[in-house]
Amino acid sequence: MAAIPATARPPAATRRPMSRRSKQLLMAAPMVLLLVTFLVYPSAQLFLLSFQRGDGFSLENYQRLLGTPVYLTVMMLTLKISVVTTIFAVIAGYPVAYLISILPRATKGRILFWILLSFWTSFLVRAFAWIILLGRNGVVNQLLQTLGITDAPVALMYNFPAVVIGMVHALLPLAVLTMLSVMENIDRNLTRAASTLGAKPGMAFWKVYFPLSFPGVTSGALMVFVTAIGFFIFPALLGGRRETMITQIIIEQIIQTMNWGFAAAVAVLLLVVVLLVFVIYDRAVGLSTVTGEARATARRRGKGIFSQVGDAILTGLGHGSDAIIGLFPRRRQAREGAPRPLTAFVVALLAVMTLPVLLMIPLSFADSGLNWPPQGFTLRWYEQIFNSPIWMSALTRSLVVGLCTATLALLIGTPVAFLMVRGRMRGKTALLAFTLMPVVMPNMILSVGLFYLYARIGLVGTNLGLIIGHTVIAVPYVVLTVMSVLRNYDSRLDLAAQSLGATPWVTLRLVTLPIIGAGMISAFLFAFTISFDELTIALFTSGGVSATLPKQLWDEVSLSISPLLAAVSTCLFLFVTVLIVLAGLLNRRQK
Amino acid sequence: MSTLETQGLGKVYGDFVALAPTDLKVEKAEFLTLLGPSGSGKTTLLSLIAGLAEADSGRILMNGRDVTHAAPYQRDIGMMFQNYALFPHMTVAENIAFPLKMRRTPAADARRLVQEALDMVRLPHIADRYPKELSGGQQQRVALARCTIYRPSVILMDEPLGALDKKLRDQMQFEILRIHKEIGGTIVYVTHDQEEAMTMSDRICLMNGGRIAQLGSPADLYFRPQSLFVADFLGEANLLAGRLVSGAGGEGVVRLGDDSEIRVTLPAPLAAGAAVRVMLRPQNLRLEETPGEGPTATLRASSVTGASTKFFLEAPALASDPLIATRATAMSAHAPEPGRDYRLSFDPRDAVAIPAEEAA
Ligand SMILES: Nc1ncnc2c1ncn2[C@@H]1O[C@H](COP(=O)(O)OP(=O)(O)OP(=O)(O)O)[C@@H](O)[C@H]1O
Ligand SMILES: [Mg+2]
Repeated sequence: MAAIPATARPPAATRRPMSRRSKQLLMAAPMVLLLVTFLVYPSAQLFLLSFQRGDGFSLENYQRLLGTPVYLTVMMLTLKISVVTTIFAVIAGYPVAYLISILPRATKGRILFWILLSFWTSFLVRAFAWIILLGRNGVVNQLLQTLGITDAPVALMYNFPAVVIGMVHALLPLAVLTMLSVMENIDRNLTRAASTLGAKPGMAFWKVYFPLSFPGVTSGALMVFVTAIGFFIFPALLGGRRETMITQIIIEQIIQTMNWGFAAAVAVLLLVVVLLVFVIYDRAVGLSTVTGEARATARRRGKGIFSQVGDAILTGLGHGSDAIIGLFPRRRQAREGAPRPLTAFVVALLAVMTLPVLLMIPLSFADSGLNWPPQGFTLRWYEQIFNSPIWMSALTRSLVVGLCTATLALLIGTPVAFLMVRGRMRGKTALLAFTLMPVVMPNMILSVGLFYLYARIGLVGTNLGLIIGHTVIAVPYVVLTVMSVLRNYDSRLDLAAQSLGATPWVTLRLVTLPIIGAGMISAFLFAFTISFDELTIALFTSGGVSATLPKQLWDEVSLSISPLLAAVSTCLFLFVTVLIVLAGLLNRRQK
Repeated sequence: MSTLETQGLGKVYGDFVALAPTDLKVEKAEFLTLLGPSGSGKTTLLSLIAGLAEADSGRILMNGRDVTHAAPYQRDIGMMFQNYALFPHMTVAENIAFPLKMRRTPAADARRLVQEALDMVRLPHIADRYPKELSGGQQQRVALARCTIYRPSVILMDEPLGALDKKLRDQMQFEILRIHKEIGGTIVYVTHDQEEAMTMSDRICLMNGGRIAQLGSPADLYFRPQSLFVADFLGEANLLAGRLVSGAGGEGVVRLGDDSEIRVTLPAPLAAGAAVRVMLRPQNLRLEETPGEGPTATLRASSVTGASTKFFLEAPALASDPLIATRATAMSAHAPEPGRDYRLSFDPRDAVAIPAEEAA
């Protein structure tokens, strides 16, 4: 007992520092306050606005919305584009996610890098890449002519397929990542067990693996669908006059006619549709599959007619696949590792995912405009950017807003993540649902609401306004990232530290934070990138001299397509690449 | 004043009683083991002592001080975790020095103490390695050094050897005992393994269903179980059904199912006429060929299990399960033959009468 000289034992505690309840309140308060003030309140305002005409209550906005055939057509087309996009993204994404989930660690990282790169490249840059690609003298037209399929350039853009191609391309990474999160948790031994029990590979896949991965498919579809329904970049840039989506109407109403009431009504309609989709999803599959929370343990036991039909279909698919597999000669000793056709498909798909943006890079250095193949070499466009006060101020603004957003989101989101993973309290699910609201709600609704609010409190065109708006969007992602970091963290280390005499605060500083540090930096980069790429909020609340980089790019793209924009896009792309490589290196060093 | 004392300490989860109100005293320099089947509340009791879980009733006193509501870091405890819980971002030396740092020990003293601790666990040369660069056994030793270096009043260990293989386990058991002697600390140790409990403990606290079934020295529990659960849990036991004829002064006479009467030990007083089970350890049961008084059984089979030979006997009138007797394996012309009847003999001190109602 007396072996340690001159040391004081920790003082005896008689008072309990702070009640658990008030500590929990304190941790959640900043985020709740933020979301209530800058998400709930503006949305409620918008809702009221939609029922106003002059000073009184009126249903006129809705009568006009539902009474005008054009708007209904737009709504139907929005749904159609979203559904088609979802179907393609999920079907194409499934094999990619599957392959990644079965690859050994080393190769997994390599493929995941390309997915993440696409995921983080801004929608605007990718839309712009498609414009160049599908243009009259773009790569595709050149290729068609070289191959002798067509004699003259054909119109590939400004139609339905172009919009869908662009959107599938944009949302494929999201589909892959969502499905992957489920597939990673499927025990590989289950399929092996199935094969030892006599199932051929096709049967083992369809009857064991596929049903287990199905929650991934549904949550992937949900994420893609609710994102797609709020898109405006792709229909605006790649679609023709007929390919108008509902968010474009909101933009038009606000920017051109300043008709707040009608824009609000359209926003409410959009929200209702999204909520309806969520309700249907929750009824059919259960929302818990999306957040990765433990699924309800008690699955329904009885076999309904649907599950019987489903079972029959899967059995059929199993027999079918095995019959097809049987046609090919057996590969020797190829049980481990991925099937070759699958690898080929995935590599091809990854190429298609990355190439459009990569092809844009040489054009930004070319002297021959945006025509393919690029000719000559010039740095002219880059010089123009760096000498242009408009672009440089946009860049500075984006950087400042991004850094502030990331810091703020991390400060606000981290305590909530701790609460969600560590805290014992009632209403956790409700808090998580509340946290995820900005993800569920189309950004367009948020930005219209914020615009209306900011206009009255003088935040339009200010950095602060942008930072607040971006933080609202980024916070849920920070919470989710930190939550997943914390879930992987062995909390016994904290207990050990405390049993060795460390106070909670010292434990946090010396043990918890150093270990989860890399994860926190990832969350920071995540939030930064979200802000750096954000267009919807910036669309209304920044402009002219106060534009952010995406806003400036958007304004210019809408006016004219020039090689200068290819240079800007290239810069944005390279910037994101550096960030991802950085995050990857950090994670690797951690392991 | 005991080093550690719990008074009516209890814990419930919802309406499930994980630990019924429990009184327990641990004396200075004692090695106490919590033993019991899975779910019996061992970890719960340990967590309450450590302050990692909040008690629902009762008090915890350490050296007379009430620490029931104190945070873990205010309790002067050391804890060794099953998966070591070494900090992966700190070297071995930093890990071991951590508790000293928390207590603001001067750096020079800390360095010296760390080196001493590393010597003590016989790992003098690995101070600058990271935990993942160590073998399982080495990590275990570092964890041991870390939770003992600051000489806490009580060291708690929850199945610290659960993850090690048999040989390493034996080695570490010895190591823990050696260090226990060396530092004279008080240890509360949790294990599943009754052999481990028997070899290491001064006292064993056998738990069942969230309460203490029996508390005493290993020999007490083994030779003087107070309930069928205890008799059954520790080692093999033959249990003969019978009725107490008379008993006084710790001795008594029991009439067995075949109407034979035997002399037994009574660890606790029982009323005459009470239904009892007589516990006999296999090694205390002898097979006699010579005729005489006492119960008999038919030998069914025998098997050599290394140093000892096991005999399986049948006596439907005495017990429904086969009886087991063991003796040292030897080459003998007079090996018992299967099919023959043998008279069972034993020392009355080895035959313990236990109340039968307690059968779970
Ligand atoms: N957080 C909890 N919530 C609900 N029940 C719990 C919780 N922790 C423990 N229990 C229950 O309390 C009982 C005692 O658990 P405890 O962990 O103390 O058992 P144990 O003796 O350590 O078992 P093992 O030998 O398996 O480690 C068990 O039935 C367990 O299911
Ligand atoms: Mg336990």
